[in-house]
Amino acid sequence: MGSNVVFYAMYNDDDVLKDGAKKLVAKGVKVSEVFSPFPVHGIDPIIGIKETRLGIMSFLYGLTGLALALLGMWYIMISDWPMNIGGKPSFSFLENMLAFVPIGFEMTVLFAAHAMCITYFLANKTIPGMPAENPDPRTTDDRFVMELRLSENQKFSEKELEAMLMETGIVELDQKNIK
Amino acid sequence: MHKEATIREPLVLGHKTFHQVTEDVCKPIEGKAPKTWYVLFAIAAIIGLYGVGCILYLLGTGIGTWGLNKTINWAWDITNFVWWVGIGHAGTLISAVLLLFRQKWRMAINRSAEAMTIFAVFMAGLFPLIHMGRIWVAYWVMPLPNQFGSLWPNFNSPLLWDVFAISTYLSVSLVFWYIGLIPDFATIRDRAKKPVAKKMYTMLSFGWSGRAKQWSRFEMISLILAGLATPLVFSVHSIVSFDFATSVIPGWHTTIFPPYFVAGAVFSGFAMVQTLMLVMRKAYRLEAYIHTKHIEYMNIVIMATGSIVGVAYLTELFVSWYSGVEYEAYAFINRATGPYWWAYWAMMTCNVVSPQLMWFKKLRTSLTFTFLIAIVVNIGMWFERFVIIGTTLHRDYLPSSWSMFYPTHIDIGIFVGTIGLFFVFFLLFTRYFPVLSLNEIKSILKSSGQSYKDGDAKTPAFSIEEQHLAEVKLSPSSSASTKASTQEVSSPSGADLEALVKGLGAADESQKDDLKELAGLGPAIENKLNEIGIYSFAQLAKLDTTADLSPLTTYLGSAGNQAKLEAWKIEAEEKLKNDNN
Repeated sequence: MGSNVVFYAMYNDDDVLKDGAKKLVAKGVKVSEVFSPFPVHGIDPIIGIKETRLGIMSFLYGLTGLALALLGMWYIMISDWPMNIGGKPSFSFLENMLAFVPIGFEMTVLFAAHAMCITYFLANKTIPGMPAENPDPRTTDDRFVMELRLSENQKFSEKELEAMLMETGIVELDQKNIK
Repeated sequence: MHKEATIREPLVLGHKTFHQVTEDVCKPIEGKAPKTWYVLFAIAAIIGLYGVGCILYLLGTGIGTWGLNKTINWAWDITNFVWWVGIGHAGTLISAVLLLFRQKWRMAINRSAEAMTIFAVFMAGLFPLIHMGRIWVAYWVMPLPNQFGSLWPNFNSPLLWDVFAISTYLSVSLVFWYIGLIPDFATIRDRAKKPVAKKMYTMLSFGWSGRAKQWSRFEMISLILAGLATPLVFSVHSIVSFDFATSVIPGWHTTIFPPYFVAGAVFSGFAMVQTLMLVMRKAYRLEAYIHTKHIEYMNIVIMATGSIVGVAYLTELFVSWYSGVEYEAYAFINRATGPYWWAYWAMMTCNVVSPQLMWFKKLRTSLTFTFLIAIVVNIGMWFERFVIIGTTLHRDYLPSSWSMFYPTHIDIGIFVGTIGLFFVFFLLFTRYFPVLSLNEIKSILKSSGQSYKDGDAKTPAFSIEEQHLAEVKLSPSSSASTKASTQEVSSPSGADLEALVKGLGAADESQKDDLKELAGLGPAIENKLNEIGIYSFAQLAKLDTTADLSPLTTYLGSAGNQAKLEAWKIEAEEKLKNDNN
């Protein structure tokens, strides 16, 4: 048995898993992953997952969209071909700005939403054709699996980890050797 | 865990576990479709195909096949467009606005309401496209560099804003819907047995694994998309109303249009959601998830938005008189008393009077009545758009060009055809897609599920077989004590038991908890525990599972072995924690 042992501890309740993770982490165990059929609220800080920065990205994408829209409006409506509507002044961006608000808004939303979704897919590695990586098909139904790697928990032996997991209210324990 | 007041009605009725939620939603997808589905699908497909035929004829021949004339240059086409866009608003409102307001009841209906939105916006988008006449040059609305030099679309025109608004709305709603679907597709993928289905759902689920980080991102993106979609949904119908409001036609040239259109859109959208949900919940046996309370909530939204629409109608009427503009006043007098009076009064009755009946609790909780009103509102909102468009245009400034609108069979065919196509899409959706948002329903099951609220659910949700598994798995670590207990069976010691119970702290009848709430703890064991002085969860929680529990296990017999005591202890701790919150 090398250090490439992975434990998959299965729970049938999200709160039991959360308490179990809390106990394990308190003992200094590193929980490498949790698979669940729905978001388990409050698990992220316990197992040390940082808050996602998707929001910041989305804001930046939105700004890009807005800038592009305004630039396009300025070029099309003001610079390239100033449209003469009833002889009213149409030669300054600021005077015409109000008419560009709807397009500016739509482009902001369009860019923020779609670019964020693309980022989301790439970051999550959820792309059409990707193989699923959940260790048990039941984790998308009603089971919650906690993944522990021996390689990340060098200070514990395999037996110790197993014993600690046993105390957390698991329903099944799976052990795998990965290369 | 999210907590909810006990006096709030549960959102999920019955004794549902996570697995049952999956079963209930996946069954219709995995099983064979009932005959009714095929019949309905065939009818919808025939009507839809007829509509497609009409559209092809229109494209080949020209807009002249519609009943339009030089006075009434917009009629059913734009009426249908606005009607469908309006219907499309409910889905986003439910999934985005209600998400921001943390309304959990939306979770039962948001998936199908969003699907409805997308299909409705498809139908809506069709009308301006075919109205262009030469649909093959539709790309001219895009600001593309071209061989005509500085020839750009006019970005001052609300019609062009509409192009951007509708396409942004459609595409953003689509990704919002799909991102929510991915984890549920993964559920179906992991259950699928047939190879084709497995392959399809593997593809659709994008390899979703349900990692903690994925869920964290999922929740964030849902929230941001909701935040983006909320102003978007308001902007879309505001811009649709600009198509009218920025013109100088009496009856259209009003600043009240944007809010009035948005309220009307939500109103008609919810009516359509009601129409579809009431049928779907029955057909797919989802009564436990979409029950009277959900219907009532939606009826309240219908009532509120219906009242806003009513106020808008009356304000319009008042202002047309108060403004002193003769043409404006005439437009409204003509709507109410002119040749199209019936359309106006149909609109008034359906949209202003009928939602007011929802003030009566008896009526708004009646499913038959709701269905009836939903249909009435759908019809009323179509008439509203016809009144705004057709009746306003048919008598313009020049009495010599006054005219009437008579729809041709192509007008009717295309409108009915879009309804057919809409149902084709919706039926396919209910057949192959999870109609409830599985992951969201599961996340509120513990806070809003009936059995959890009543306290008779098993937390942790151990079933009998699982209990058995837990025993098997736990036995190695506790083998020492089990061995001890088997040895001591011959000499059950009363004194030891007394000492053990004393260690748990004293309690009497008055502090009694319902111990039967714990998994696998029946009335017999409860009595036994009460007899020796264990009444409360607090006592069970103090149970020291590392110490020798043999007196207790011997006393309880096979029904209360070491593993079970450990499970009860955990559960009891959980209960206490929840009570203190």
